[in-house]
Amino acid sequence: MKLLQSLIMALKSILANKLRSFLTMLGIIIGVAAVIILVGLVGGFSNNITSSFARLGANTINVMIMRGKTVTVKDIEGFALEHGEFFSAYTPNVSMGNATIKNRTDSLTTNVSGVNELAEQIDSIELAAGRFICYLDCESQRRVCVIGSYIAKELAVGLGDSIRINGYHFDVIGIKEQKDGGTASSADDVVYLPYTTTARLGRSQVSNYKLLVEDLNKINEASDILSDYLVEATGSENNFRIISAQAMTDTVNELTGTLSLVLVGIAGISLLVGGIGIMNIMIVSVTERTREIGIRKSIGAKQRDIMSQFLIEAIVTSALGGMLGIAVGAGLSVPLGKLMGLTAAVSPTAVSIAFGVSAGIGIIFGYFPALRAARLNPIDALRYE
Amino acid sequence: MIDFCDVYKIYQMGDYAVHALDGVSLHIEEGEFVSIVGASGSGKSTCMNIIGCLDEPSYGQYILNGRDVSHLSSNELANIRNRMLGFVFQQYNLIAKLNVLENVELPLLYQGVSSAERHARACESLARVDLSDKLKNLPSQLSGGQQQRVSIARALVSQPKVILADEPTGALDSKTGQDVINLLRQLNQEGHTIVLITHEENLAVQAKRMVRLSDGKIVEQCVMENSASF
Repeated sequence: MKLLQSLIMALKSILANKLRSFLTMLGIIIGVAAVIILVGLVGGFSNNITSSFARLGANTINVMIMRGKTVTVKDIEGFALEHGEFFSAYTPNVSMGNATIKNRTDSLTTNVSGVNELAEQIDSIELAAGRFICYLDCESQRRVCVIGSYIAKELAVGLGDSIRINGYHFDVIGIKEQKDGGTASSADDVVYLPYTTTARLGRSQVSNYKLLVEDLNKINEASDILSDYLVEATGSENNFRIISAQAMTDTVNELTGTLSLVLVGIAGISLLVGGIGIMNIMIVSVTERTREIGIRKSIGAKQRDIMSQFLIEAIVTSALGGMLGIAVGAGLSVPLGKLMGLTAAVSPTAVSIAFGVSAGIGIIFGYFPALRAARLNPIDALRYE
Repeated sequence: MIDFCDVYKIYQMGDYAVHALDGVSLHIEEGEFVSIVGASGSGKSTCMNIIGCLDEPSYGQYILNGRDVSHLSSNELANIRNRMLGFVFQQYNLIAKLNVLENVELPLLYQGVSSAERHARACESLARVDLSDKLKNLPSQLSGGQQQRVSIARALVSQPKVILADEPTGALDSKTGQDVINLLRQLNQEGHTIVLITHEENLAVQAKRMVRLSDGKIVEQCVMENSASF
């Protein structure tokens, strides 16, 4: 018998029992949809994190010195100069954490960091007005600041105006060009101060640095050299941490990879349950249609004709379920992602794997009932009521 | 055409053996119309199952159309049922969700006949039993007599050597039952070999030859005088 005939026969039989077929498919639909949605969401989550790391600058290396011997700004400067082939700029990075910014009446909280004049190059800062912090600002601990466009807009301050940061007066000497949509918590919601000023007001030592590696290919080598230097300078590799966007991205990718494996595994269990559902209903269907099988056998159906009839029915059921699952998964991924603040994308790999698995489930779980049907004795089957 | 040489069929029922067929030798020529008659339990159903290649003898030989079919694989038996035999059952045994035409096409489907030829041959076969106007009906929309005619059309469609009718009138009233028997007789006159299994004497005597089974043995064989007068 031709394959096309078997397919038509299978579709007819599935359509003859619409509700039952749909309920049978439901397990597969849910499983496939879950795989696609979860892969999409984890993908969106991972993209989110990766892009926020990219904002840190792909070719910068951040250093945190936590304990051990002090590493001064001069030490880092010397190191960067010595390895000029890797490092083209450095800046201390003194964070005030979330500081309160106030003009006369309005106030907001934002991330304030103390940097030197090279931060302009390292963070690729472009100014809409005024100038960036200069060497002399740092040397003489001037109370000047460069603000992001979001802050300028929110607090309605312009060049030359005075604002208060944690109560201290600062003059606005530069306003950053809008770069990141001009919203809160974006790259436009920042304040830069001279690092010396920040360190003194915060009564803190300089312990964080940011170094620029011009050549992205050298970034791993550069962080190795830096690490060797800091082991010597601080006394132990436990006394500092080196964070590059690259390394963080790698870590996050590893993490989300594991996460998606676990989630897909859970979704896989639901596919398995769906497969068992298919097997169950196929066994019922074989029993119900024992007489039909007997009739078909008596007029000349061979074992493989009966086998392929039921196997194809199982495969068509689960493949149809798979397709519906893909439709549901693809349809829900994006809105669910939005709900969770993620940009979920439907992964073609996940779609093709999910479809392949669902068709495979039809074969695996349809095989046993189909074999049972094929092996029925025609006399007993004909006599079955 | 059909040759039974000392055929036995023995079922093991617990401790003792039941001889459903106990040394049956039977010869049926091409073009004959033979009825096999007997009370229930006489072994006629077993006989029919073996003639129909649905079952195999425990001992003895069954030669169908010159070929020993006593011990073939299930696929070879399926092939023989498909091409050499046509079945007419008491319960019609039509597939309920297929329409009349599809039911009649089914044996050809398993032969791998192309759809155009299937359609043509099924229509021809249904015309033979006067059901050309019911092609798209489902079996449930037909009367019992009509359903039995569909099953005769299905038996005819693969141009079998033998048509096996197993109590074909059992579910019909006597008038419709007689119509079915008349149809079988007509087919016989056209050259089809027919084996009719029944427990009703008045139907059995309408065949050309009657074979009586009792306790798995042939107890009587007679040629009917009236057979030519139809």
